[in-house]
Amino acid sequence: MKRTLALTTALGLAAMPAFADVNLLSWGGAYGNSHVEAYVKPFEAETGIKVNVADADNPATPIKAMVEAGNVTTDVASVEYADAVRLCDEGLLELIDASGLAAAEDGTAAAEDFIEGAITDCFVGTDVYSMVLAYDDSKFPDAKPSTPADFFDLEAFPGKRTMRKGAKFNLELALMADGVPAGEVYDLLETEEGVDQAFAKLDTIKDDVIWWEAGAQPPQLLADGEVTMAFAFNGRIFNAAQEEGKPFNIIWDGQIYEMEGWVIPKGAPNAEEALEFVSFSTAPAQQARAAEFISYGPPRRSAAALVGNIEGTEEPMGPHLPTTEENMTNALGSNLDFWVDHDAELNERFNSWLAS
Amino acid sequence: MLVLPLLAFILITFVVPIGQMLQRSFYNDGFSAHMPGISQWFAENPRGSEPNDAAWAALADDLLASAEARTIGVVGTRINYDVPGTRSLFTSTGRKVRKGIEPPYREALLEIDEDWGDPRIWSAMRDASRPVTSNFYLAAVDRTRAEDGSIEQVAPRQRIYVMLFMRTFWLSALITVLTFVLGFPVAHLLATLPMRKSNLLMILVLLPFWTSLLVRTTSWMVLLQQQGVINDILVWLGVIGGGQRLQMIYNQTGTIIAMTHILLPFMILPLYSVMRTINPSYVRAARSLGATSWTAFRRIYFPQTLPGLGAGALLVFILAVGYYITPALVGGSSGQLISNMIALHMTDTLNWSMAAALAALLLGSVLVLYWLYDKLVGVDNLKLG
Repeated sequence: MKRTLALTTALGLAAMPAFADVNLLSWGGAYGNSHVEAYVKPFEAETGIKVNVADADNPATPIKAMVEAGNVTTDVASVEYADAVRLCDEGLLELIDASGLAAAEDGTAAAEDFIEGAITDCFVGTDVYSMVLAYDDSKFPDAKPSTPADFFDLEAFPGKRTMRKGAKFNLELALMADGVPAGEVYDLLETEEGVDQAFAKLDTIKDDVIWWEAGAQPPQLLADGEVTMAFAFNGRIFNAAQEEGKPFNIIWDGQIYEMEGWVIPKGAPNAEEALEFVSFSTAPAQQARAAEFISYGPPRRSAAALVGNIEGTEEPMGPHLPTTEENMTNALGSNLDFWVDHDAELNERFNSWLAS
Repeated sequence: MLVLPLLAFILITFVVPIGQMLQRSFYNDGFSAHMPGISQWFAENPRGSEPNDAAWAALADDLLASAEARTIGVVGTRINYDVPGTRSLFTSTGRKVRKGIEPPYREALLEIDEDWGDPRIWSAMRDASRPVTSNFYLAAVDRTRAEDGSIEQVAPRQRIYVMLFMRTFWLSALITVLTFVLGFPVAHLLATLPMRKSNLLMILVLLPFWTSLLVRTTSWMVLLQQQGVINDILVWLGVIGGGQRLQMIYNQTGTIIAMTHILLPFMILPLYSVMRTINPSYVRAARSLGATSWTAFRRIYFPQTLPGLGAGALLVFILAVGYYITPALVGGSSGQLISNMIALHMTDTLNWSMAAALAALLLGSVLVLYWLYDKLVGVDNLKLG
C-alpha cells in the first residue's frame, strides 16, 4: 500500500524540479493565479528563494498520501480550514509558531491582527470566502430584499430560491432568518430543539427551493430566471456580476464565512523556507494584494484598508469582500468543530427531510 | 500466456482497489489501533460490566498517548460515526490531557467533560474496540446498536437509506421498461430498413451516445426548466398560462427523462444487433400459415429478440442503479438515488467505511438480481451481438 502511494505521489509530482527551494501546492484557476501574482512573484523578488508552484484538485488529498507514504515533496500547501483541522488532528502537519508571523504595520502582533480562528496549531489563514444571499435586481423593482428573513418571505419577494443541497450553511441561515443572532446559532444547533427549529423554518420554503450541487449552478439559475434569489458562494456571484455584467446583488447580512490558508506537511524537506514564505505571504500588504485578484477577503484586520482596485479596473474591491467591516455586521463564522461532529447525522436527517 | 498482462492489469486497477474499498465496510481500526489499553480491557470484560478503575486508567493512558501522537482525531472520528457529536469530545479531551492528568482518572475525565460518563459512548467504544464491525452495514439499513448491544431502528427522521435503496431499484426498473418501450421500435426500424437508410438513422442513435454525459444532462436542463424551451413553447402556444409553467426538472420526472434518454442506446444497440440476425422468412412463414401479424410478432418475432432484450435490460438496469451525476444535477429533492449518498460519504463526511458498506449492499443486491435473472432467463441467452 505504502509503495503504491509513494509511486502515485511520485508520478503526480514528477513535474517538479528536484532542486527547488520552496514547493508550493495550490489550486490553479483564478484562485491559484492570485497566489502566484500576490505571493510567489514578490517573494521570489525579495528573497531570491525560488518557488515552484504545482496544482491539485484539492491539495489536502495529496498531502495525506505523501505523509503516509513518507515521501513528502511539498513544502507548503493551500487547504480549506476543515481539511487543515482534520490533517492536524491526524498528525500529518508541522506545527506553525504564530509568533514568527509578520506583525501589522502599526506593530500589532499577528495573533491579535488576524480574525478569530485564522491561526491554529498548524494553519495560517490566507483568505476568507463566504456563503451569501444574492438576488436578481431586475426581479424586484420596488423593495429589495436585505436580510435572511426576506429570503424566507415568499410573499414580499416571490420566486424560487436556490440553496446548496446539504445541511451545512442552510441550518445556520434558517436560524438567522428566524431572528437568532449570529453568535447564538451554533449553541442553539447543539440542541435538539434548535435543529427542529431550523428544519421548521426550511419547511416554509421547501416547495420553492431548487437545490444546487455544483458552485457554478446558482449564478446560472439566477441568469436563466429559474430562481430570483440564491444562497451561494460570494466569489461565484461576484464573477457573474463583474465579468458578465449580470444584475446580481449580494446581501451581506447573515453571510457565513470560512477560511483557506497555508499548512506545512509533516516532514516537508524545506520547512524553514516554507515558514518564511508563509510569514511573507500573510503580511497585510500581500494579503491585500491577493484580494485585488479575487473577491476573497484578507483574514487580517489591518489588511482591509490596504485593498485597492479590482485588478484591471478602476473600481475598488473593498465593498465586494466578505471581510469588509460593513459586510461583517451580522456575519457568522462557520463552526468547523460542530460540523465535523454532526456532519453525517445532520446530512442524513437533511436528506430524509428532503425526501419526505 | 498472452492474457497475463491483461489479467495483471485488471487485478491491479480493478480487483485490488475495489477489494480494499469493500474491506473498509467491515474493517476499521481507527479506534482499536490507537487505543490499545482500553481495547484490551473491553476484550477481557463482557458487555454490561461497569467501567472500573482499571478501565478509566487505561482510557486516560490511551487518550494521552493518542493525543501526543496526534492520532486523537482518527480515534474521535471513528466513535463519531456511531455516536454523532463525539469527535470534539475526543479532540478537546486530548488537548486537556496533554497538559497533564492525575488519578483518580474517572473523576479527572468527568471533570474535563461529563459526557465521558455517557453509557452510549462506552458502548460505542466497545463496538469499535475490535476492528471488524457490522455497524456500518447496520447503519446502511437504518439500524443501530442500542446500549445493551441489541439492534434497533434509528429514529424515523434519520431513516433514509432503505427508502433510497427502494427508490433506486424502482426507478431503475421503470427506466429499463421505458428504454424498452422507446427503443424496441427504433431497433426494429434500424434492423429492417435498407442499409443506406439504416446507417443514416444509426448515426442519430450513436451521436448522442458519443456526446459527453454532462453535455446531455445540461441540455435537458435547458429544455425542461421552468424558464426553458419546452415551457416557453407551451406558453407561446397558449397550452398553459404564464403562471402555470410545468415543473419538469429538479424532481423525479427530470431524473427519469434524462436517464431514459442517456441510457437508451444501451437498449437499442443489443436489440438491433440481435434483430439483424433474425431471418425474416420465419415471420413470412407464420403469416402464410394463417397467423395474424400480431400473433406472428408475439409468437415468432418477439421470442427471437429476447437475447438482445435481456442483454439490453441488464445493461440499462445495472447502469441505472449506479447512476450518479445525472440524478445529482437534475434530481432535485425527490430524484436522489443511493449513489448520491455514497458520494456524500466519500467526499463530504469522509466516512469511507459507510460509503463502502452502502456500495457493498448495492453490489450485493445487483449480484442477487443477476442470479435471479440467470435462473429465470438464463445468462447463456444473453447476446450483445
